[in-house]
Parts: sequence; structure tokens; C-alpha cells
Amino acid sequence: MSARDEARASGLARIRVALGVTEDDAYRQAAVAERLERHPRGTIPARARKAPEECVALLTDMLTKQGADVSRVATKQDAVGAIASYLGSSGLPPRLRMGADPVLAALPWRDAWDIERRFGRAEPTDKASLSRALVAAAETGTLFLVSGADNPTTLNFLPEAHMVLINASDILGSYEEAWDRLRAVYGEATLPRTVNMISGPSRTADIEQTLVRGAHGPRRLHVLILG
Amino acid sequence: MENSSDTFKTNVAHALADVELQKALQNVKRGFVVKREAAKAKLPEFDKLRDEARAVKDHTLSHLDLYLEAYERKVTESGGVVHFAETAADARAIVLELCRELGAKLVTKGKSMISEEIGLNAHLEASGIEVVETDLGEYIVQIRGETPSHIIAPVIHLNKEDIAQDFRRVHKQFATARKLNQVQDLVAEARAVLREKFLKADIGITGANLLIAETGSSVIVTNEGNGDLTSTLPRAHIVVASIEKVVPTLEDADTILRLLARSGTGQEITTYTTFVTGPRRDSDPDGPVAYHVVLLDNGRSEMLGGVFADMLRCIRCGACLNHCPVYGAIGGHAYGSVYPGPMGAVMTPALVGIDHARDLPHASSFCGRCEQVCPMEIPLPDLMRAWRERDFTRGNPPRRERLLLKAWAFAAKRPRLYHALANRLVPLLAWLARGSGSIGRLPFGKAWTRTRDFPAPEGKTFHTLYAEKERSQRR
Amino acid sequence: MTSAPEPSKQGPLVGLLVTCLVDLFRPNVAFAAIKLLEAGGARVEVPRAQTCCGQPAYNSGDRADAVSIARQVVQTFERFDYVVAPSGSCAGMVKVHYPRLLADDPDFADRAEALASKTFELTSFLVDVLGLTHVDASYRGSVTYHDSCSSLRELQVRDAPRRLLASVDGLTLVELAESEVCCGFGGTFSVKYPDISGAILDAKLRNILATGASCVLAGDLGCLMHIAGRLARERAGIEARHVAEVLAGMTEVPAIAAPRQMR
Repeated sequence: MSARDEARASGLARIRVALGVTEDDAYRQAAVAERLERHPRGTIPARARKAPEECVALLTDMLTKQGADVSRVATKQDAVGAIASYLGSSGLPPRLRMGADPVLAALPWRDAWDIERRFGRAEPTDKASLSRALVAAAETGTLFLVSGADNPTTLNFLPEAHMVLINASDILGSYEEAWDRLRAVYGEATLPRTVNMISGPSRTADIEQTLVRGAHGPRRLHVLILG
Repeated sequence: MENSSDTFKTNVAHALADVELQKALQNVKRGFVVKREAAKAKLPEFDKLRDEARAVKDHTLSHLDLYLEAYERKVTESGGVVHFAETAADARAIVLELCRELGAKLVTKGKSMISEEIGLNAHLEASGIEVVETDLGEYIVQIRGETPSHIIAPVIHLNKEDIAQDFRRVHKQFATARKLNQVQDLVAEARAVLREKFLKADIGITGANLLIAETGSSVIVTNEGNGDLTSTLPRAHIVVASIEKVVPTLEDADTILRLLARSGTGQEITTYTTFVTGPRRDSDPDGPVAYHVVLLDNGRSEMLGGVFADMLRCIRCGACLNHCPVYGAIGGHAYGSVYPGPMGAVMTPALVGIDHARDLPHASSFCGRCEQVCPMEIPLPDLMRAWRERDFTRGNPPRRERLLLKAWAFAAKRPRLYHALANRLVPLLAWLARGSGSIGRLPFGKAWTRTRDFPAPEGKTFHTLYAEKERSQRR
Repeated sequence: MTSAPEPSKQGPLVGLLVTCLVDLFRPNVAFAAIKLLEAGGARVEVPRAQTCCGQPAYNSGDRADAVSIARQVVQTFERFDYVVAPSGSCAGMVKVHYPRLLADDPDFADRAEALASKTFELTSFLVDVLGLTHVDASYRGSVTYHDSCSSLRELQVRDAPRRLLASVDGLTLVELAESEVCCGFGGTFSVKYPDISGAILDAKLRNILATGASCVLAGDLGCLMHIAGRLARERAGIEARHVAEVLAGMTEVPAIAAPRQMR
């Protein structure tokens, strides 16, 4: 037995001694297996149980209060327009870092011919990035971004400005609904390497409880709600 | 880390005399307490969620062995490695060994109370590894050579002027004439300094607010994004977490997450809540290639079987510190422990032994506010009292204190004797006051009269007056 | 002779838990409590076999003595319909802590539970059990009220004293900022850690002074002696009294720690 295996065995044994249980208690094993499989929900706050359009409004409200800029765009053309004007009005160079997300790829980029798009993981010199949130939970204004070639995680943290596009139809009420959407995509009990729940731009209040935006991550978070 | 809980009384004297600290401590009241109340008011389900979160943890703890096995299985499946560590020394050794295997020269760290508990930084530094804390508060604490004074707000004891001074001392690369008088200036400078470290780091070490058995994920909550840069950019990510951090499912995590930030900082949710599962996948363009979790026991399995098991529900939100009048008066460092405040008063004796931390559970007025605000409904005053009982059983209280208590109890159990003694004591105290209404210096009671007068008794005990009245009525 | 109306023969029989501090330092509070209880229609008895509820032992970790004292209190008071204490902390000791202390004692577990269920803090008993809505008392001036932690958090008593104070003729109640924060007394804590206790009291005193009230009231003599002792030390010119004294109109006795008039 390796040292790691020994430490593992003795660690679990100490817990079993403390609990006064044995390893092979079928009743306990069944209780655990059942909970993991059924993953029952706790109380979902009333504010998260709303009609889709109300969820969009709540998400917008929460994100805005938490320091993000939110705009609603009706069409893909409008989305590209909003991206271009955001870069312009924020004094950022017309360059965007993004992944291979098919929803983002399907935007009419020729309308914004002057924006240079770079693909792949973020580099330290990138000023702005664009990601797509798979889903959002309106209850606290929270976007769910998942890692992968479509939306590399570094895009969420390295650039100064982070833009996130989300389809209005992907805005749900609660965290629980968001997890179920992820389970539908990745399978039961499986997550991608990183799931970032993002609810605003980077901030700190460590010094004298004074709120400052842009601690280590993006100073600005711009959310585009499409549809 | 080093523990100085045994010099608590000296620490307190310093803290109370520290004008700057006292000024800084006012921020706790103005900030966290007010914000928590507002966040709670906006969530009518708050108390119901507390009950449920408590049930989640109680269920998990009573099946902890099985949930840890399930968690480990999922971590392994996703390509990560789990290491069990019985003691702080074991955990330090495992992390150092991993750093060596991975050839690490520079390690960035996200905020982790467990790494404070095991004294990880000093251990790695002693082996020539550069360790950089990246949470702003932790970074400041590190360059000052201090320890955090609050579990979620490490530099709550400092004012911005203190920090500007430290930055000028340490950040020699910047012009000496630069402006550093605003909090924004300090944050911007730290961002610039730490950004370089993030990009150069070989290994990132974070803690975990939760571990999820269902998926094998570790969860961290941050506002700055430092934890994410730490867990994403280096080639390896090591998580150090204690065994009680595991919960069964994502839904169980939701219940706890709805309470965590609201209770601690008073936010609805922190800016970033990140679920990490294993190393990067084959198709991922970023993320570390290696992922390790070190699971620390350090006395927790022993707590599991006894009266202190309730403490293992703690999610380290800091609400009990924020609402504690003792913490508010003396700050975190006086406790001399990684964990200050009410939760620290229960945790510290479990880690270092009651003999070395006996003041901590005693230094509480049992006002009960900690229990009232605890999102996990931990009966903190009861647990502090349980430590006092162990302390008493071990004969630790000073001899004079024990004798006084025993003498008092002897009388209290004998009403006739008690009343006879009371009838001697009361006139004596009345005489000492000499009609002034209070006693400025009480012989044998200087502990009282050093901070306030001692009110004089009316003159006779109630029982005597009542008996006199009854007699006169019968006549 | 007492001016209180003849208590009803049918009224509930209340055992008064005087509390050790009231017995030693402030008998007026117990007389005021009796007057109020009788005004509410209760019959009051004061068992002589009482000393203290045992908190000093309990909170010092001396469980064995706390248990013996708890048993003694159960035996002394279980024959009453109700037990009332002019103190949130002593009532809380009986109501919340005795059942736990005696839970493993086969002879006393049920009796402790029974006693707990009929034990009350004075003002909450007057309002919640006796249904008193009004007291026959007057007080000229503005007062502020300090909630003791045990009343507030162990017993959830908050409205009862305020409701009764509102009925006192001429009295204005000015609420204290941060009223849910401890005053720093904490029983033995106040002498084991006098400096911390004093620092917590400083903040409370600032809030008391800020109300501009001429008198601070509370339902617990422990807090009051702590607060009054500091008011006297600072010569703050603010009185401290137990709420029962004002509710019973028995404020002729000098305030706590205030100079005595020579008789």
C-alpha cells in the first residue's frame, strides 16, 4: 500500500470510528447513493420562480446593481452593433478575444468589419473579450460560463473588459434550473473543468470596506441579452 | 501557524490601547452588519434556508466517510488526485512534495484559511519556493508579515494609510512620488504587481468553500477574481480543504451559497463562484494540466464524534465575528489564532488544545448574537460553554477563581447559610459606599472597579425586608 | 400595609424567583414585581429556600454545582402555577438551560421541562400571560430601554416592556441605537475580562447618551449594575433603574448607584 493509500484508509477509518459506523453498512450506502442520484432541491426563493420575461428583468436589475452594464438587443445585427459601440465608447481598441462558440460565430461579423477578432485562450495583452453564457440564474443576476474551446476560461478573467452574450431564452430563475440545463448538456454528475458563476465585474472591499471595481479580473462586465 | 492564544490577556491590552485598530474596527459595524441585515431582509426564505442548510450539513457529516469516498471517486474520474492528510504537518509535506515534483519556483495562492491553519507559506518558503498571496487582503497581510485578523476580511484591522506605507516600502519598482492616498490607487498598484505573478506562477493553490461529492468539484467564492486566475493560469492547481467541506450535490451547494455571501459580506452572491472539476480536458485551450486536492483532518474527525460536531457545519462566512461585541472591541489578532471571534473560540481549542487557548471560550459575554446570525445554526455559546467545562474539569482556572466559585456554590446550595452570609455582606457593602450610592474601589473586587463603580446595595436583603414586612402585616 | 388591591383568590399562584442580585442589591425591584403581579391578578409567594439560579457555576464550566443548584430550584418552585423572575437571564437559565442541564437525570428531566414551561421573565409574564395592557404609574421624563441579551435572544422578549412603558403616564421612550448589541456585562465575564467588558460598555454608553434620555431602564439587574456603575464613575447625570420600578411607580428609592439621601 502506498503512503497515499494508507493515509486514505486511516483517514476514513478515523471518521468511521468517530461516527461509530462500519464500512459495509448497506443502509447508509443506499442513503448516500440515493441522494447523489436524485439530488433533491431545497427551497427555491420565490423571486427565482418567475415567468421568463420577468426573469430577464430581474437578471438585468441584479446585474446592474452589482456593477455590470446590461443591454438588450433584439437581433444578431443589433448584438454586433452593440459590441462595436461598446468598444468604441469605452475607449477600447477594436479588438476582441473570443472562443469558438457557435452562437457567437453565427453573429453577422461582416457588419463590424473593423473589429479584429482573435480566437483561443486570452493573452495578457488582450483588452476585451467576448464569451457566451450557457445559461443564467436571474435570482442573483448570475451568468454561468463553462470552460472549453467555445469559451475559454481565461477570457473571463484576464482582459480589462469582458462582454458576455446570453440568449434571452437561456435566462432561467434559479441556480437549480441552471444545473439541470448543464446536466442536459454534459450528462448527470458531470461538469466541464470550470463553471464560473459570474454576477458582476471584479471588485474588492478589503481596504476599509471601500468598494473598488477591477481588483484582479475585469474592471467592466458588459452583458448583452439577445432576443 | 504559530498560536499566541495563551497570551490572550496581554494581546487584549495591546489591542484596546491601539488607536488605529480601534478606528479600523468601526468599519466592521458600519459595513458587514448593516449589509447583512439588508440582504437578509430581501430574502424572505432566509431562515428556512438556514434550517435546510443545517440539515444538509448534518446529513453529510453523519455520512462523511461515504461522501468523501464518492467525492474522491469523481475527482479521480475527472483526472485529479485526492490526498488525505491527518495532520497539518502531513498536509504541508504533501503540498511541498507536489511542488517539488512539478518543479515549482513560484506559487500563487488564493485565499485559504486551511493554508493559514497549516502554516503552508512558511513551509514552502523554507524550501526556496516563492509564495505569493493574491487576495488583496491576504497579500497586504503577507507583505506586513502578519496574519489575517478576520476570516473574510484579512486587513479589517488596517487603515489605508498603513497600507500605503507598506506598498511604498515593498514596491520599489514604482516612483516614490506616486499618489497612493486613495483606496483605488492601492488596488490598482496591487493589481499591476500581482498580474505579473499570476502570469509567471507554476502552481496555483486555493482553498475550497465547498466540495461536491456528486461531481468531484471544488468551489471557491471570491469577489476579486484572484482565485480564478490562481486556479486557471498555472500548470497545476492544488486545492487544500478540510474534510468537512464536502456536501452531497450541486443543489445542496445552492442552499449553502444562498446563505454564505449574504451572511458574510451582505452581498446577494459574491462576484465569482467557481466550480472546478479536475484538470483541463483534452479540448480545453486553457486551465492547469494537473489537479490535486489535499483533504485535511487535523482533529476534525475527533470533533465529529463528540460535542463539538456542530462546529463542523461552519462555512466560514464570518458573520459571528462581525456581530461579536468582543471581536468588535479587540479585533482578530488578540485571539492569537488563525480563527478569531466566536467560531475561533470553539475551533482553536480543538486545534491547539484547551490548555493553550483557555481564554478564548471564556472571553465571551454569551450575548448569543453569534448563534442568532450563524447561517448554519451552530450553538456557539453552548460550544464555548462546553470548552469551559473541559477547562474546569482539567483544573485550569486559577486557584483563587476556583476557590471563590466553590465557596459560593457551597453557600448557594444551603439557603440558610446563604441568607445568613448575605445579611452580613450587604451591610458591609452599604457601609463601604458611605451613602455615596456606589463604591469607587472595591477591596477584593478591583476587577470590577477598574472600569466602573460598584453600585451600593439598598441596605438590607430582599428576603430580610420581606420577612419584616410579613411580620408587621401579621401583627 | 400595601396599597395594592386584594389579589383575587382565583388568580394563578406565582412563585417569585427573586434572583440573587435583586436580593442583595435592589430589594425594591422584587417589591415592585410583587406589586405588578398582584395588580395583574396573581397571588405571589416568595419561597425562602431560594438563593441563585446557578449561572455563575454554569457559565464557569462547573457543571456539577450548576446541576445541584438547578435541582434545588426545581424542587423549590415546581409547586407553583408559574415562576416569574425580574430578570431575563435568570428566567432564561430556568427556561432554556435547566432542561438541558437535567436532561440525563431520570428524576429531574421531566420536572425541569415542566418548570421551564411555566417560567417567565416579569414583563412578558405580565403582558403575555396575565394580559396586562396598562399599568397605574406615572413618570416624568424621557427614558431609554436596554434589552438584555437573554431577554431578547433567549426569550424573545422585546415588545412586552415597551408596551407597558407606553402606558406609564408622562413617560417618553427614546429607542437606543444598536439596541440588539450587548452591554458587555456577561456575568462573570465582567470581572474575568474587565477591560473588554468596559470597552463594550463604552459603545453602549455612547448610544445611551445620544438618546438624551434622563434615565436608562432595563429588565436585568446585572446589566444595570454594570451600566449604572459606569454612569456613576463618569458622573454622567443619567439614572439607571429596573423597568419594574417605573412600571410599579416605585421610584422613590434612589436610582441604582445614585447617592442616597440621608434619612
